[in-house]
Amino acid sequence: MSQATLAIKRISGHAGPAPGEGVERDYQVCKLVDTTTCIGCKACEVACLEWNGYEFTDTVFDNSYQTMPETTWKYWNLIKFNEHENSDGTISLLMRKDQCMHCADPGCLAACPADGAIVQYTNGIVDFQQQNCIGCGYCVSGCPFDIPKFNPATKKMFKCTLCVDRVSEGLEPACIKSCPTGCLHFGTKEDMMDVAEKRATQLRENFGFEKAGVYDPAGVGGTGVIYVLHDATNPEAYGGLPKDPHVPWVVRFWKGPAKWIGNLAMLGGIVGVTMHYLRFGPKTVDATKQENGGQP
Amino acid sequence: MSTSHVVSSRTTGREPEGVICRYSLDERVHHWLAALSYIYCLITGLAFWSPYMYWLATLVGGGPTARFWHPWFGVGFALSVFWMYKMWFGDMRITDADRRWSKAMRYYIENEDEKLPPEGRFNYGQKLFFWLMFYGVILLVISGLGLWFVESIPWSLRWLRYTAITVHVVAALATIGGFIIHIYMGTAMVRGGFTSIIRGEVTTTWARTHHRLWYEEVTKGTSAKK
Repeated sequence: MSQATLAIKRISGHAGPAPGEGVERDYQVCKLVDTTTCIGCKACEVACLEWNGYEFTDTVFDNSYQTMPETTWKYWNLIKFNEHENSDGTISLLMRKDQCMHCADPGCLAACPADGAIVQYTNGIVDFQQQNCIGCGYCVSGCPFDIPKFNPATKKMFKCTLCVDRVSEGLEPACIKSCPTGCLHFGTKEDMMDVAEKRATQLRENFGFEKAGVYDPAGVGGTGVIYVLHDATNPEAYGGLPKDPHVPWVVRFWKGPAKWIGNLAMLGGIVGVTMHYLRFGPKTVDATKQENGGQP
Repeated sequence: MSTSHVVSSRTTGREPEGVICRYSLDERVHHWLAALSYIYCLITGLAFWSPYMYWLATLVGGGPTARFWHPWFGVGFALSVFWMYKMWFGDMRITDADRRWSKAMRYYIENEDEKLPPEGRFNYGQKLFFWLMFYGVILLVISGLGLWFVESIPWSLRWLRYTAITVHVVAALATIGGFIIHIYMGTAMVRGGFTSIIRGEVTTTWARTHHRLWYEEVTKGTSAKK
């Protein structure tokens, strides 16, 4: 969305060393969502709209407490509800804050053809730069979480920025700030993993959730948003969280080997016809050489 | 068709050569509509294809503009190809003459045309190119709709998104291969071909050399025009 404050390495025409030179921000930022303490109040949805300046949109009723079936280009944060029937016949009301996962290996960025339209900062935030976006929608195909959304009026893609404008100024994301139960945490990836693992252990040992665990999918290199789940073996129950998300192999092939195969084939075609011309030359029609005499 | 038009200067010392109408105005207009829309889609498509060719988008107004028009020009290309199908369906059927010609195609490639069996209005290679583009554009339009309206494909059917990408890439590369050969043959290799698709005329000698059966058909009953 907006430009983050970037670490400066060099400054032109500057006497002496650049301020901050040699300083490294070697941590990844991370949101921790503890689904076991979420009460579904949707304060984070409101805070997201407020901070990012979007008006409230009409809700879409879909036989659920959910505000709408999925995130939209101007609704980046959505609590997904699921009435999950447990094996013993009881019902669990599962709630999960859905938003961009800020993958370490972002499929949207891999798929994007526009120079600089998607960036990943050193702190791990994956951000769309709408001034460079061409609105092709390739990121939609690249994302394993179905997050990027198209604004048909401006023909640009939008999604959660992880409040890059706040984080780069040392503030926590708006959703985190609004959470009344403390189920949302924000910090370095290392710290959040630590908190998450402790909470999962607590759930397993003290609360009887034997399958409790942390969701930090390795298929996308880990994510900048991690979840504590009561049942980490069934993430799909939490509003369709994929069990083992990957950048689609078609996108990998398309942006990898297919490029070189295709480019070599096109180059080969051009070289081929050039060589043909040098070897055999043009077909000319010489009327004087025609058989069928008489008629030229 | 005017026959007073002197086209060839190769007949020095002889009477001016006659000309034959090869392409009607309708055929030429649709050829060029297809050509221009295809070239637009090619430039913008290559820009989206590779970061090393993204600069091509600048030639046609930048990335967002290229993205906006690419699908519309694609629809225009498809319509002009379908119009060609309507015009040329009869001429493009593969005949026994084509089968004989295809077995001797190496003589065509090596410019030993005198060893080739006679061909009709279009030779086997031209017909292959036509059918490549015809089926190619059908695949490009169907897969292109999937890319154009990618968000309309529900998440549960996302394999369609990935199929659309694959089909669009494969079909585009196949048509590019045909396009390279078509441009080369139409401009550099077969002299007289390029002017024929602009003004519609070929010399009688050109017609007799490259498309003997067609030449005999169009001149049947008349003495060869001069």
